[in-house]
Amino acid sequence: MTGSDAHLQVRDLSVQRGGVEVLDIGEIDIPRGQVTVVIGPNGCGKSTLLGALQLVLHPTRGELLLDGAPMSADPVGTRRRMSAAFQEPLLLSMSVQSNVELPLRLRGVGRDQRRRAADLWLERFGVAHLADRHARQLSGGEAQRVSLARAFASQPEVMLLDEPFAGVDAPTRAGLIADFAQILSVTRPTTVLVTHDRDEALRLGDYAVLLIDGRVRQTGEPLDVFDHPLDREVAEFVGMDNVIERSRWPWRIAAGGGYVCVRSEQLSLSRGSGAVVRQVELIGPMVSVSVDVDGVSLAAQVSRPQWSAIGVGVGDEVAVCADAEAIHIIAAEDERSG
Amino acid sequence: MELIWDGIREAARLWWAGDAQIIEITLRTLAISSAATALALVVGIPLGAVLALRRFWGRGLLVASVNTGMGMPPVVIGLLVALVLWRSGPLGGLDQIYTPTAMVIAQLLLSLPMVVGFSLASIQSINPRLIGQMWAMGANRWQVLWLLIRETRLGLLAAVMAGFGAAISEVGASLQVGGNLAGETRVLTTAMVLETGRGNFEVAIALGVVLVVLAFAVNIILTAVQQRRFIT
Repeated sequence: MTGSDAHLQVRDLSVQRGGVEVLDIGEIDIPRGQVTVVIGPNGCGKSTLLGALQLVLHPTRGELLLDGAPMSADPVGTRRRMSAAFQEPLLLSMSVQSNVELPLRLRGVGRDQRRRAADLWLERFGVAHLADRHARQLSGGEAQRVSLARAFASQPEVMLLDEPFAGVDAPTRAGLIADFAQILSVTRPTTVLVTHDRDEALRLGDYAVLLIDGRVRQTGEPLDVFDHPLDREVAEFVGMDNVIERSRWPWRIAAGGGYVCVRSEQLSLSRGSGAVVRQVELIGPMVSVSVDVDGVSLAAQVSRPQWSAIGVGVGDEVAVCADAEAIHIIAAEDERSG
Repeated sequence: MELIWDGIREAARLWWAGDAQIIEITLRTLAISSAATALALVVGIPLGAVLALRRFWGRGLLVASVNTGMGMPPVVIGLLVALVLWRSGPLGGLDQIYTPTAMVIAQLLLSLPMVVGFSLASIQSINPRLIGQMWAMGANRWQVLWLLIRETRLGLLAAVMAGFGAAISEVGASLQVGGNLAGETRVLTTAMVLETGRGNFEVAIALGVVLVVLAFAVNIILTAVQQRRFIT
């Protein structure tokens, strides 16, 4: 991505909390008009990064640029080009209508225009019928829809979202994400979405930034980040549950250092020999099977019917097969840099 | 017992006749205490907000001072204001001792800690993330203060009640800096002290009833507002 595509830029940013550096970012370019998902394990600094972008916390070092201009020069003006929604709906104790109008009211927009904008966005998020209710009388899912309608109502250039779907129960969530994706595809603000959910990241994200321990470890297309992690920790975060040192990998593979990764659901089991079943665990409709191949422990996942068809138990032998396309190799540090 | 009954009967008669002096004293009391409370709100709510939201050196000391101020004996405040406004005092040149202005200042100092303390408590109880959302919505400093007041209006009404109650009910400071001058600085409490001392119990009772009714009426109105379920 070239610099001119970047709507938001983070440069050499450091944030400390209680004397400990919780965020240390060399450079992030947030592409204009796309959804950037910020992913990473708990406590990796995702929300801190979003807080810095909202100018609500004070970095010890670094610069944040919006359209190439420093955001800190005019914090209120900058915030008025953006909006935010969080895991909690954070509505004020007033009617739904007033809540959605509020960002516009703060910008000095006239009553009629405010009303029209609120009507439109409440309608798009499917909560127009709740306009006259008090914010306290809403269910969790309804409140989150109102919160998102409020974020869109000021037609921001930049949308900063921190786990906006995490607090909503599963059935409600699917519908909300679908509506949200549809609205995003039409309005296309530059969006930064913090999420811990892989499916959400893959579904909504155009670009992914993966943080671990407050540092950017990998960026790129979400699918690429999930399928081609650059190092062991990233591999573990993106759900590669078999990360095996290359020299110990039990099958034939090109020599070298580093690791071989494969997801448990991409290891298939069948009747045969070569591996010994060590442990069997039922996880919903799936069966998680731990097998031992030449002293290397691997995790595989098969459906319940498949497992019954194989018909073996702990201590029995099975055949394990890894699909070559599913295998991802992480080169050793020295090989990568060279 | 007869003394009390006579007093109540006479008080009722004074009221019924619309005694000019009682009405005048009542109106002055309301004017002075309302002015003091209004000023205390204007200064005290932003101060409470700053104490609730900002961390700075000396904050703990300030909060402790506010809490001490809430229990400060009015005569001490009266003495301080009198010292400052006394003809030979630092602000003696303003010639404000024994004026309603001096009484407003004394009552302001009495009700301010109440307003700051109650504002601090209610603003501190707001979800900090909600305040973050206010900033994120593009509010400037004053708009955030306005939204905070709006969000904590129930708690702030308690601040109004406490502040007004402290102002209207005190007597020591009003005597010290107002002087209880008839037609100028005589208010309900100071008039009661005077009339009780003179043995004019019927007048003192009449004034006392007014004071209680006033305090009660103001609080009934504020409580009614506070207890409405949803104020939009």
